[in-house]
Amino acid sequence: MTVTAQPAVGEEALPGATGPTPRRRTGRVRRIALPYLLLLPALLLELLVHLVPMVIGIVMSFKELTQFYIRDWGAAPWAGFDNYSLSVDFDAPVGEALLHSFFVTCAFTVLSVGLCWLLGTVAAVYMQETFRGRGFLRAVFLIPYALPVYAAVITWAFMFQRDNGLVNHVLHDQLGLTDSPSFWLIGDNSFVALLVVSVWKGWPFAFLIVMAGLQNIPKELYEAAAIDGAGMVQQIRRITLPSLRPVNQVLVLVLFLWTFNDFNTPYVLFGQAAPEAADLISIHIYQSSFVTWNFGTGSAMSVMLLLFLLVVTGIYLVLTSRGRRAADV
Amino acid sequence: MAAPRSFLWSRRIFLTLLTGFVLLPVYVMLSSSLKPLQDVSGEFRWVPSGLTIRPYIDIWSTVPLAKYFVNSLIVAGAATVCSVVIAIFAAYGVSRYRFRGKRLFTVTVLSTQMFPGILFLLPLFLIYVNIGNATGIALFGSRIGLILTYLTFSLPFSIWMLIGYFESVPRDLDEAAMVDGCGPLGALFRVVVPAAVPGIVAVAVYAFMTAWGEVLFASVMTNDTTRTLAVGLKGYATQNDVYWNQVMAASLVVSVPVVAGFLLLQRYLVAGLTAGAVK
Repeated sequence: MTVTAQPAVGEEALPGATGPTPRRRTGRVRRIALPYLLLLPALLLELLVHLVPMVIGIVMSFKELTQFYIRDWGAAPWAGFDNYSLSVDFDAPVGEALLHSFFVTCAFTVLSVGLCWLLGTVAAVYMQETFRGRGFLRAVFLIPYALPVYAAVITWAFMFQRDNGLVNHVLHDQLGLTDSPSFWLIGDNSFVALLVVSVWKGWPFAFLIVMAGLQNIPKELYEAAAIDGAGMVQQIRRITLPSLRPVNQVLVLVLFLWTFNDFNTPYVLFGQAAPEAADLISIHIYQSSFVTWNFGTGSAMSVMLLLFLLVVTGIYLVLTSRGRRAADV
Repeated sequence: MAAPRSFLWSRRIFLTLLTGFVLLPVYVMLSSSLKPLQDVSGEFRWVPSGLTIRPYIDIWSTVPLAKYFVNSLIVAGAATVCSVVIAIFAAYGVSRYRFRGKRLFTVTVLSTQMFPGILFLLPLFLIYVNIGNATGIALFGSRIGLILTYLTFSLPFSIWMLIGYFESVPRDLDEAAMVDGCGPLGALFRVVVPAAVPGIVAVAVYAFMTAWGEVLFASVMTNDTTRTLAVGLKGYATQNDVYWNQVMAASLVVSVPVVAGFLLLQRYLVAGLTAGAVK
């Protein structure tokens, strides 16, 4: 590998040197092409696996795509906006179920992201200073993040079993809090079960990011505040939280997108059909597409979901200055 | 400043409760995996009535766990290597060069992160089937299809983190290498990559865990011979009974490699996040 783009020293001053030599021209072409070549593999793959399928998904949402047309989906008849109007007709069963699922997902996401952030931040702040066993605790706290989703969630599913699970054993047999063993994976309790698993799995990421953010706060700030007579609580309020703001803005956005789109947790916990109280949107769309074999409607729902996420993310990025900087990279 | 007593106590209580919450499923996994079947089928017991390693022997024959394990290793390993190499090139391009479309590229790649997987599951399935029909390359049902899919999942996050990381490597270093006769790629691999090892390890860990834990695409895009652990573990639930002790033993076995690797490398991950995601 040679540097062809380096201008030779003093070449410019040579009399009669009109324009670049051929060797230098290929060098310049190469220099201009290089960044694009570097990005090409990433771009091609993102195109193949994300962008092209997304475009096809949008096309599919305008088709009447049932199992009869799966082999040759191009032949499926056009449906116009039928799939969309079916999905947003909130008086009919399909639309009503979708709206319900959307509200469940919103409530779930707000609670899960909030709790993950809170647990992660409190733990990170408590562990900002060194103490004996800190390294060990940090490793322990990262276990939920490191465990494969299905292994962890299957274990939770076992713990939530009505007859042989740990949760009912503690709540009913040992503490006597309930009259009879409760169902956790069906009925209204399933929302709680899903939330507990989601927070258990998600908070270590918040912990990790906040901990990394805390390392960037200069010690002198705390020292100066201490000299001025600020107590522990005041230091946290006046220094720690404001310094964490840029970190938190990214963290909350990432947690929001991951939680809102989460498929793995409800799928492993409940299977293909989630109970009504915990019917997250991604499972709902999966159910609408793959179980009832109506891909057109499923695609329309997916497109609306994406639009919603784009709008929310857009508003969020505009509201936070960090967003603008992140987009500039 | 010495922390007040109340702070120390609240810290002790909070961290103890949190540790209990975190380790509870780990305890259930471990203790249940050592119980005989009648013990896990009845009421839960904190202390097993008898210990047996039988589940650890049976897991390999109840379902072809070893095969799933190998499949997961191949898929996650290949996806990780490809993802990291591609991310290194892309991040280097973005962090070291000014070019037209740079902003469009970063915004496009980052925004793919927000696509719900369900949105492109079916179209991707159709694309893979069509490519297979047209070229004879079996993408659907094969490991290659899954590898291609998984590597793009971790790519946006990896590129994003590595851009931040590469930017923290002083530009003078690779410029000096180029003056000394390295090409841009020589400078990348001799100077920037070695200086960014923690970030690269962090990204690799992330990519591996993403691929190892993915469920949705694994359940749709694999067949009997290419099935990964994410789908294979379902095999312990039969029509009549769930072998919970075997499920727990298998869960533990498939978790140990990732958790051990992760805990060994977590220092790098934290360092990588500090330089990449936070700045």
